[in-house]
Amino acid sequence: MDIDYVAEILEGSPLAMARVMTWLENEDERARSCMEKIYPHTGNAYVLGITGSPGTGKSTLTDGVTWQLRNKELTVGIVAVDPSSPFTGGALLGDRIRMTRHSADPGVFMRSMATRGYLGGLAQFTRGAVKVLDAGGKDFVIIETVGVGQDEVDVMRVADTTCVVLVPGLGDVIQSMKAGIMEIADIYVINKYDRPGADQLFAEVQFRVDQDSSIKDRSWVPPVIATVAVEGKGEDDFLEAITAHRTYLEQSGKLLEKRRNRIHEETLQMIHHELFRIIRERLTKDSRIEQMVEEIMNHKLNPYNVVEKVVDEWLPASRLK
Amino acid sequence: MAEKKIKIIVAKPGLDGHDRGAKLLSRIFAEAGMEVVYTGLRQTPEMIVEAALQEDADVVGLSSLSGVHNYFFPKVVELLKAKKLGNVLVVGGGIIPLEDIPTLKKLGIAEIFGPGTSTDTIVGFIKANVKSK
Ligand code: B12
Ligand SMILES: Nc1nc2c(ncn2[C@@H]2O[C@H](COP(=O)(O)OP(=O)(O)O)[C@@H](O)[C@H]2O)c(=O)[nH]1
Ligand SMILES: [Mg+2]
Repeated sequence: MDIDYVAEILEGSPLAMARVMTWLENEDERARSCMEKIYPHTGNAYVLGITGSPGTGKSTLTDGVTWQLRNKELTVGIVAVDPSSPFTGGALLGDRIRMTRHSADPGVFMRSMATRGYLGGLAQFTRGAVKVLDAGGKDFVIIETVGVGQDEVDVMRVADTTCVVLVPGLGDVIQSMKAGIMEIADIYVINKYDRPGADQLFAEVQFRVDQDSSIKDRSWVPPVIATVAVEGKGEDDFLEAITAHRTYLEQSGKLLEKRRNRIHEETLQMIHHELFRIIRERLTKDSRIEQMVEEIMNHKLNPYNVVEKVVDEWLPASRLK
Repeated sequence: MAEKKIKIIVAKPGLDGHDRGAKLLSRIFAEAGMEVVYTGLRQTPEMIVEAALQEDADVVGLSSLSGVHNYFFPKVVELLKAKKLGNVLVVGGGIIPLEDIPTLKKLGIAEIFGPGTSTDTIVGFIKANVKSK
């Protein structure tokens, strides 16, 4: 008998949630009709993003926050994203190791995902996975991602509250804070506070936050939280900061604004992705792209008029002004 | 559709602390292009099967060097079937006496790989026997 994936997801079936996530990862056509049908049931989960360099303790913190949320009888979905090797295409997904105490808890669903070298599509499948968990009834969804590169900034657009994890002894923090963290962090976590240099790091980050909020007019000033995730210290402060940010977003109307921006961006990105997919597929199917490359090599064509030709051929409407 | 990847759970059931083999294999599987979820030590069969379910794994690899395979390996297979995951390929390795292997295979473990098995053999077996979903 065929499984009704939509109905099963709405009942929170882990089997159905897991399978649709696989379809999303594989860009399998079966994902689309499911996503369309579960979409009206999304928007209820609160989405938390946790980012930082490898080894800073993101998974341990995720485990701690999950524990705190479970104590409040809230259900939790986790998506932990780790990089794929660009050479072998494989990936070692080790985030579960830190979360074993939840592995037999039906109130927690945890999924590891590899980046697979997506062309700007990482955010797309993370978003999809979040929606599946949301429709499956999870109160909170936590996204764990490595680093604060472009992809990760993308992923953080999926989150309602974004937390940046820093640890002492990982080089020049101020430098990395220039690279865009100031714009994305709603909360800073200084983890491994048991390590030397923690106080200094805390002061540095606090200084930057104060400086920044005096330059720009910010209605939310990111708090700096000290934690020792392995000992569970500071977890409650962390959750309190998350809750405070959520309250701030809800009361200021910023949550709606954030979600509206997200839908705007997501819709454009999905159109982009689908148009590109269709055109690439057609161009590769009859080797036309190879012919074009050949002619560009021979200077008969150039990439500029090739683009125009392709657009004229498949999107003639865009030229009707 | 994007390229499919083999997703494999590598787990150490029971209290066995020998994790060199499991860690080595996790690296080998990743190098062979698979997506590997290493669950760490001290896993109950329930935890392993829950991981396989949530991760939508194609393969579960069990490693045991402490003589607990006769209980744990079939238990994992049984729980997988109970969760409608009978399609998941289960393989095992570690210190497993030869005379135990026929029974384990009869109970649904696809293959057992002992010390000294070339990792090419293991990877080759998994690639040849994994089922599509
Ligand atoms: C290194 C070692 C240790 C190290 C472990 C370090 C670590 N973190 O892993 C230490 C010193 C801690 C240790 C401790 C003990 N050990 Co010890 N240890 C060994 C030893 C010498 C080598 C194991 C090893 O790492 N091999 C290298 C790896 C790469 O090989 P492998 O795991 O076998 O993996 C290969 C295959 O088996 C297979 N494979 C393995 N797992 C999987 C999984 C899958 C999915 C697949 C497909 C394949 C596969 O593929 C791999 C590549 O070919 C073995 C003896 C031996 N020759 O095996 C004893 C041995 C395993 N230990 C033994 C014992 C008794 C102990 C202790 C109880 C000793 C004690 N009294 O304190 C403790 C228990 C520790 C614990 N908590 O469980 C016994 C077990 C006897 C038994 N099964 O009945 C052995 C066999 C020694 C012996 N001959 O008595 N040990
Ligand atoms: N000393 C110390 N180690 C920690 C702390 N938090 C996490 N760790 C350790 O740091 C390592 C990496 O943690 P993990 O959560 O996997 O980091 P991730 O890569 O950011 O997800 C593990 O060995 C943890 O036990 C902490 O507060 N103090
Ligand atoms: Mg991690």
